Amino acid sequence: MKNNTALSPQHLKYLKNKKKAAIAVHVARLGLLVVFLGVWELLAVTGAIDVFLTSSPSRVLETIVTMTTDGQLLKHVWASLYETVAGYVIGTVAGYLIAVALWWNVHVRKVFEPYLVVINSLPKIALGPLIILWAGTGKNSIIVMTVLISVVITAISLMNGFCETDKNKILLMQSMHATKLQTFTKLVAPANLPTLTATLKINVGMSWVGSIMGEYLVSREGLGYLLVYGSQTFRLDLVMSCTVLLCALAGVMYAIVAVAEKLLLKNKY
Amino acid sequence: MQDILIFENVRQVFYTDTQETVAIEDLSFAVKKGQFAAILGPSGCGKTTVLSLISRLIKPTSGQIKILSDNPNAVGYMLQHDHLFGWRTIEKNITLGLEILGKKSKEDYLYANTLMEKYGLGEFKTHYPNQLSGGMRQRTALIRTLATRPDILLLDEPFSALDYQTRLNVCEDVYSIIRKENKTAILVTHDISEAISLADVIFVLTARPSTLRATHVTGLQDIPSPLKRRESKDFSAQFQILYNYLNGGNK
Ligand SMILES: Nc1ncnc2c1ncn2[C@@H]1O[C@H](COP(=O)(O)OP(=O)(O)OP(=O)(O)O)[C@@H](O)[C@H]1O
Ligand SMILES: [Mg+2]
Repeated sequence: MKNNTALSPQHLKYLKNKKKAAIAVHVARLGLLVVFLGVWELLAVTGAIDVFLTSSPSRVLETIVTMTTDGQLLKHVWASLYETVAGYVIGTVAGYLIAVALWWNVHVRKVFEPYLVVINSLPKIALGPLIILWAGTGKNSIIVMTVLISVVITAISLMNGFCETDKNKILLMQSMHATKLQTFTKLVAPANLPTLTATLKINVGMSWVGSIMGEYLVSREGLGYLLVYGSQTFRLDLVMSCTVLLCALAGVMYAIVAVAEKLLLKNKY
Repeated sequence: MQDILIFENVRQVFYTDTQETVAIEDLSFAVKKGQFAAILGPSGCGKTTVLSLISRLIKPTSGQIKILSDNPNAVGYMLQHDHLFGWRTIEKNITLGLEILGKKSKEDYLYANTLMEKYGLGEFKTHYPNQLSGGMRQRTALIRTLATRPDILLLDEPFSALDYQTRLNVCEDVYSIIRKENKTAILVTHDISEAISLADVIFVLTARPSTLRATHVTGLQDIPSPLKRRESKDFSAQFQILYNYLNGGNK
């Protein structure tokens, strides 16, 4: 950083105001959550809403604490997390490789394009019964579902990014006699790092959709299983707890990806 | 002096779904070793096509292009924009060509380093392109092209993206570097003053389908700087001659 002694009073005031505004945003964010939880709790305690249907923050907390102590929670969280992360990694890697193959050869790209569009539009949940028949009723089915949901969109958005690489930069590489592989590794791949990180962020949500939906269809464990079980047995405390946990898990996963993005891109792009 | 590049009856036709474009009709000219040549022509006449042909990015529809050099990487191409890669440091941008050629020898990297130091990029080595001014970026692009030691440098309107003031400075800069490194240069432009201020010989092209309208020798090679050339007394006379050529006057 530059030395602060050189800053004029006006400049200092500007920085101070900016900092104030940033703090205000943080306070408002936190405040919103506190108010929401507070009102919810208040309405529940006063009996204005039926806790049987809505649960309440204190009951959610209680549920989470009990389940943590008896080890149930960890088992279910672990199951969902495992499926989600496995699906996320496989889906992204496979999508990337497919995108590379499609970028590499125009003819292949043209042949596959309509199929990709159709597969992309297809609601993957429709394949649920097939997946269960083929991959069984275990975790594998759920991972397959998660992969299916993220792989196609990953392949399509990365392929588009690859194909839109600056034509003049490609020309530059060709004028230096670069091979196709060199053009990819030295230009197309690094130029599309922002596309990749954007896809990585989108895939966080996609993977959770995949794993929870998969667990709705078949499972003995996981947060999706708990959600279904909770609603069928009218245990709204359980349902709410799972929802809160899902929010937290997805949020943390997204935050990790966002930090990785910042590190990868720095201010070079 | 010896010819290094020869065009013999080159013809270039482009095909698209709806039309056939004859970009170059019948072009013959020769550039001598160490010369600074300019190709001057109206927009869209096929100047960039000439450079693509020289660098073998495209093959001529008919005719011959000869490059008289044993260097397999005889041609270095500097495009209109610098096209520096934002994710690479200045040093890494400059050694891109070496990486691609698989030239990993210490000597090659040493040479690239010498160029960087010699031309004032040493202190920016570890910087990224977005930390550099337009002029510095253009210089980096030139050094990147020089790093692979080409005999012939192709320059496709390398200053057109810069504002006027920067443009004059970068022009000085590029000219002096090319002269110091003893390269043959072929500059493409539609700017008459730029052509006179830089080149020893100017090939004027007609509008499309283009052929050679005239070869003009500036005779200014003893004046060591483009800015000084602009001040020389027959600059405006030469400008007039070239202007007439460009606008269809006779030879
Ligand atoms: N790959 C291509 N396919 C089809 N037509 C092309 C192709 N490349 C160039 N042309 C056509 O050939 C002609 C000459 O193009 P070129 O880019 O060489 O002109 P230029 O003199 O460099 O133009 P400018 O002054 O705009 O830079 C133009 O009419 C252009 O549309
Ligand atoms: Mg051009």
